[in-house]
Amino acid sequence: MTHSVENAMAMMTRTTRWSHWETLFWLASLALLPLFPNKALLFSQIAIMGLFALSLDLILGYAGIVSLGHAAFFGVGAYVAGLMAKHGWGDPTLGLLAAASGAALIGFVTSFLLLRGSDLTRLMVTLGIALMLFEAANRFASITGGADGLQGMMVKPVLGLFSFDLFGKTAYLYSLTILFLLLILARRIVYSPFGLSLRAVKANSLRAGAIGISSATRLVAIYTISAAYAGVAGALSAQTTQLVSLDVLDFHRSADVMLVLVIGGVGWLYGGIIGAIIFSLMQDWLAGITPQYWEFWIGLVLVVLVLVGHGRLQSYARMLIHAITHKGRVAHPDQRGTS
Amino acid sequence: MVTILFDGIAYGMLLFVLACGLTVTMGLMNFINLSHGAFALAGGYVTAALTQKAGLPFLLCLPLAFLFSAVLGMLAEKLLYRRLYQRSHLDQVLFTIGIVFMTVAAVDYLIGSQQQSIHLPAWLRVRLDLLGGSIGVYRLFIIVLCGILALAIQWLLSHTRFGSQLRASVDDPRVARGLGIPVNQVFAVTFALGCGLAGLGGALGADLLGMDPTFPIKFMIYFLIVVTVGGTSGIMGTFFAALLLGIADVAGKYYVPQIGAFVIYALMVAVLILRPQGLFTRGGSR
Repeated sequence: MTHSVENAMAMMTRTTRWSHWETLFWLASLALLPLFPNKALLFSQIAIMGLFALSLDLILGYAGIVSLGHAAFFGVGAYVAGLMAKHGWGDPTLGLLAAASGAALIGFVTSFLLLRGSDLTRLMVTLGIALMLFEAANRFASITGGADGLQGMMVKPVLGLFSFDLFGKTAYLYSLTILFLLLILARRIVYSPFGLSLRAVKANSLRAGAIGISSATRLVAIYTISAAYAGVAGALSAQTTQLVSLDVLDFHRSADVMLVLVIGGVGWLYGGIIGAIIFSLMQDWLAGITPQYWEFWIGLVLVVLVLVGHGRLQSYARMLIHAITHKGRVAHPDQRGTS
Repeated sequence: MVTILFDGIAYGMLLFVLACGLTVTMGLMNFINLSHGAFALAGGYVTAALTQKAGLPFLLCLPLAFLFSAVLGMLAEKLLYRRLYQRSHLDQVLFTIGIVFMTVAAVDYLIGSQQQSIHLPAWLRVRLDLLGGSIGVYRLFIIVLCGILALAIQWLLSHTRFGSQLRASVDDPRVARGLGIPVNQVFAVTFALGCGLAGLGGALGADLLGMDPTFPIKFMIYFLIVVTVGGTSGIMGTFFAALLLGIADVAGKYYVPQIGAFVIYALMVAVLILRPQGLFTRGGSR
């Protein structure tokens, strides 16, 4: 009896422990800046996309909510930060906090719509909310700038010390720091008892209810957190590019972020970041060949991923990582399956 | 007023023909298919090509559009979609979105991004004055044709052997298979019919809705709304949902143009909050 409890605890600490490759990963991401100083803007975009995909991972990977409208929160965050910078409150940290709160508020309110119904209903409701926000931003062009985008943003230096430069050095370090901090926080969340109960709800909400886990409060909480994350990503994008247009709420953004996450792998937090790196490299390479029809290749990647089975590809990749980092130890097969 | 109602009904009827194939695959078979619009696109483009380039009469093109999309649908089902029936909803969403993106880019590349126009015969382009409103003959034609189709589909589902086989296969594929119903073939035929109807809808609607490469993305949301709002009770739910949506959209765009498409999204979210399974549901299964 106690033996099995010890075993379980050992397994859990093993999966939650900060491993070597993670340290390596973050050091490498810092080292990118001196190595490729003129690509810093691109790197900051990747970091932001990674954060956005991480926010989707929180609900898709850990709570099983298939959302086709996650751009809604990205867009809300971007507009909140953009409007604040336009009207004199250009302090980035303040902007991030306000964007997170704004997006979290919308996420909290709309999360109640997701508690009932099937996957399909959830899909439709998330999509519908994103479309409604898109229409609203389009209609109130006097506030949002409509299709032309928000004009005249004045973003102040980060913490009053580091001003944004043309080459994006500050932008990259700023985005990377926020991404790192939020990833640590996300680790705390998903490995906490709350995070474990979320997985229970995802696996079987009926049984989770039977052992006293209220699935409704769990879903509301994680959806709100995820919305706040997406809002921060949107705010970072607005602040680093000094540009917000209707594009932030577009359907394409919701679909792209899902692709990013699926490429990197659903349900292990780093999936979004890895996916963002691969996605950006792919975009760079393919857009060089056929700039106009780049969508075709996105579509092809999606189709192939599903036909081959993204779960299978990723379990190979994970086994490879395990084999490299834990030499000799047997890699643990993943129980999450293909979805 | 009469004109708006009339236009709304015509629009709704079109949506019904476009989406009713999706009702069966998505509403009944529980397969999330976002790529339905691609088959409508195929139908619209075939009609445009045949009327413009080959100079065939419009009425002859309609069955051809149906056939073309149906064959395309059957091939796609055999080669691709069949593998996904048992997969997770996430996989289905990813796969079908991928198909949509590929279609849009491929059509753009091969044919060009300009809007396709369809050459309508002169007798369909007349307007009539009726009941104090002005009514386009083409819309009347759509309403009559789609009305007949709706009745035919309903009859097919409820009064033929094929219909009962389909209902049995949807309700419980295992037992249906045990009874000797060729479930896979029934699904394949249904999928092909649904795609054919979408192609026909695309051909009919090209003039009203506009047909360019982004059609599958632009109208995806409309199809989904019709299907989810209509619920899983069968084809009649879809029919009423399509009419409701058509009238609400046309009336909303006419009376409150400031908020535009907002009306239908709000309507959908409201319906789904009150009745998550759609307006018309069937007791029992699932």
